[in-house]
Amino acid sequence: MSKKVTLRVWRGDKSGGDFHTYETTTEEGMVVLDVVHQVQAAQAPDLAVRWNCKAGKCGSCSAEINGVPRLMCMTRLSDLPEGEPISIEPILAFPVIKDLVTDVSWNFRVKERIKPFKPRKPDAPDGTWRMDQRDVDRVQEFRKCIECFLCQDVCHVLRDHAKHAEFIGPRFFVHAAALEMHPLDTEDRVGDLKDAYNIGYCNITKCCTNVCPEGITITDNAIIPLKERVVDRFYDPVKRLFRVFGG
Amino acid sequence: MAEYTTHEHDVLVIGAGGAGLRAAIEASASGMDVAVVCKSLLGKAHTVMAEGGVAAALAHVDDRDSWKVHFADTMRGGQYINSWRMAELHAKEAPERVRELEAWGAVFDRTKDGRILQRNFGGHRYPRLAHVGDRTGLEMIRTLQDHGIHKGMKVYMEHTTIRLLKDGERVVGAFGYDRERGRFHLWKAKAVVLATGGIGRAYKITSNSWEYTGDGQSLAYHAGAELMDMEFVQFHPTGMVWPPSVRGILVTEGVRGEGGVLRNSEGRRFMFDDIPENYRSSTATDPEEGWRYVCGDKEARRPPELLTRDHVARCIRREVKAGRGSPHGGVFLDIAWIKEKIPSSAEHIKKKLPSMYHQFKALADIDITSEAMEVGPTTHYVMGGVRVDPDSQMSPTVPGLFAAGEVAAGLHGANRLGGNSLSDLIVFGKRAGEYAAKFAKEHGGGSINDREVQDIARWALAPFERDDRNNPYAVQHELQDLMQDLVGIVRTEDEMLKALAAIGELHKRAHQVGVSSNREYNPGWHTALDLDNLLTVSQAVTLSAIERKESRGGHFRDDFPDKNPEYSKFNTVLHKGADGQMQLRREPVKPLRDDLAVIVEQNK
Repeated sequence: MSKKVTLRVWRGDKSGGDFHTYETTTEEGMVVLDVVHQVQAAQAPDLAVRWNCKAGKCGSCSAEINGVPRLMCMTRLSDLPEGEPISIEPILAFPVIKDLVTDVSWNFRVKERIKPFKPRKPDAPDGTWRMDQRDVDRVQEFRKCIECFLCQDVCHVLRDHAKHAEFIGPRFFVHAAALEMHPLDTEDRVGDLKDAYNIGYCNITKCCTNVCPEGITITDNAIIPLKERVVDRFYDPVKRLFRVFGG
Repeated sequence: MAEYTTHEHDVLVIGAGGAGLRAAIEASASGMDVAVVCKSLLGKAHTVMAEGGVAAALAHVDDRDSWKVHFADTMRGGQYINSWRMAELHAKEAPERVRELEAWGAVFDRTKDGRILQRNFGGHRYPRLAHVGDRTGLEMIRTLQDHGIHKGMKVYMEHTTIRLLKDGERVVGAFGYDRERGRFHLWKAKAVVLATGGIGRAYKITSNSWEYTGDGQSLAYHAGAELMDMEFVQFHPTGMVWPPSVRGILVTEGVRGEGGVLRNSEGRRFMFDDIPENYRSSTATDPEEGWRYVCGDKEARRPPELLTRDHVARCIRREVKAGRGSPHGGVFLDIAWIKEKIPSSAEHIKKKLPSMYHQFKALADIDITSEAMEVGPTTHYVMGGVRVDPDSQMSPTVPGLFAAGEVAAGLHGANRLGGNSLSDLIVFGKRAGEYAAKFAKEHGGGSINDREVQDIARWALAPFERDDRNNPYAVQHELQDLMQDLVGIVRTEDEMLKALAAIGELHKRAHQVGVSSNREYNPGWHTALDLDNLLTVSQAVTLSAIERKESRGGHFRDDFPDKNPEYSKFNTVLHKGADGQMQLRREPVKPLRDDLAVIVEQNK
């Protein structure tokens, strides 16, 4: 049974823009990306939108749907209020390029600043390592990240305070956690977390965790343990005492 | 005069999936200045969609495995028209390439003794696929991306290549545009590696993303390279069939590797009804033996659900055609049944197949731990592609042009085994990068013909001058319907001749499509420019499929339903003739080297 749906799609570029209204028909099971594609194919061929896998695995089609940051490919129309127009906007924490496409290049530059993986010496003479499944479970959660940047989009430090120059955002705390908790890694990023990435700015409101399409418990499992490492090293009173007297 | 920005590098890699990134890492490691040009953002390439695992004879789970068995499995799966040298190199080098990923930070699932765990997959005799749940491709691309960005390569994200540039016979660069501003770019390079993936967007029902428009095959073909085995398109047996908007999205073979079974509407496990002769001795005779195999019993043989993809896809189609399909035109894939066998099966399924659980829950309201999925064939992969030298991955006809991964032909023959794609990417990505770097070191830069560049730019801008009522999306959709209906999973001469004529007509229409607005991030324009590539590869698939009057691997002819030994002696090879027309020839298959022939015989 096909029904009609009204879309209000933000269109414009960095100089400004507004919502354009489109009507299209829907089929059972459709997601927001489907109707955007339908509009693009028949009514607005130049409507800019990023997408790749259409299965929630690549993290390309992030947008704000009725004001909520989500993946367009995983948002079913049947989960949105029936009969009401659907508003679709680009994610707001990054500069718009055109329509639903934003300039997320800052994220790629941030990652280059984080010290890469540095494994310990191999465990076996054939150059391989041994790891327990229980130890890899922890980092595998972080490595599920599809880099959709929705967590960056909702982070107050970036969205409201625009601290992009000083702060790396939840995505890269997850990345840092995946490296720091990797059973083989020997690099030390704790000093950077405190001084270069300013993990202290995060006030653990868990907005990032709430929007993660992969269900990564960003705040509890990645950010808080990293904050603890920073506290342990730099603010632990006993250790500080040792440092004072130990020289 | 069109303006463009010129960039100079030693090695240019086009495509940033597993093969492209691996090639770029290798070329950078040998001191070359490397550029990677990719249509999407870094880390979004189709490799992220690979689920089940990467095949490598590590022998961690079954110590009877070795490169020899992997080689023999690959040749059997490819129906012996593979490039045996590529199959040999692949089987020998895959384990080292996988271990290397671990050294770069990849975190594979573990065996009890802490080594990389391996799982069963179709056509592989022993558990061979190193994996991370059902998101192995993401793990691979992220590992290569995070390693690669610290190796000094320059990445041009969201840039599309529209033509390769030559100086005489040799390739010396490429021309394209950036999606953001629509401005032209010219990359001068001493060697070019194509790693652009496949052609799935030529079909309506596909597991492939928008990027898979056959760019590399088409770029290479128009630059004078040969295309080989283009008739062999893999239709993966299990794509989602419902709801309509997700039709074609992949359901990993890992579901069957973990014990999932296929049933028709009568509840029958129909895969037991049709087991090909050459797999009979290695296939279970009853469900009980199949389950023991899944559980790791070394005496048991694999369940028929794990036969090769071409065969499983045709069996599913047969059930649907005979009226024994599921409500939405597929069959049932059931993993929930294992609750009869193991306690806390729901947790086990969620752990082993987390993205499948999530995908069905979110997109189809199906809980795979308690209900069966509906699945049917989906266009997944092209075995054919650019003909390359098996050792160096260089085109024999275009010096300096390399191809690796899905865009290249040879390794998989008539049908690819699951898991052999991810290993293909890293084995031959590395080789392509290594030999491209070597070529770049031995050759200076070539010269670029500015008049040719201006012609390409004019061609690229022409859609803006034309009537935008000729919609590029309409042409694309018509082509997808046409290929799906006439050159799909079951083919006949009549239908393919019809398709060939229709492709010719669409080619004319593609040159009339118009676009509106400006060059900035304009998907209508991008679609218009992709059409030529889609049409070129569609013509290549159809011509080759007409030539092969037999059924083999991924290529099934209703009018010639059997394998014909005469046709095991050649590969179909296409090139662009002097008159601009597509020319086809039969390239004899090289006889197996004696020691490899012995291995094949021993593993029959």
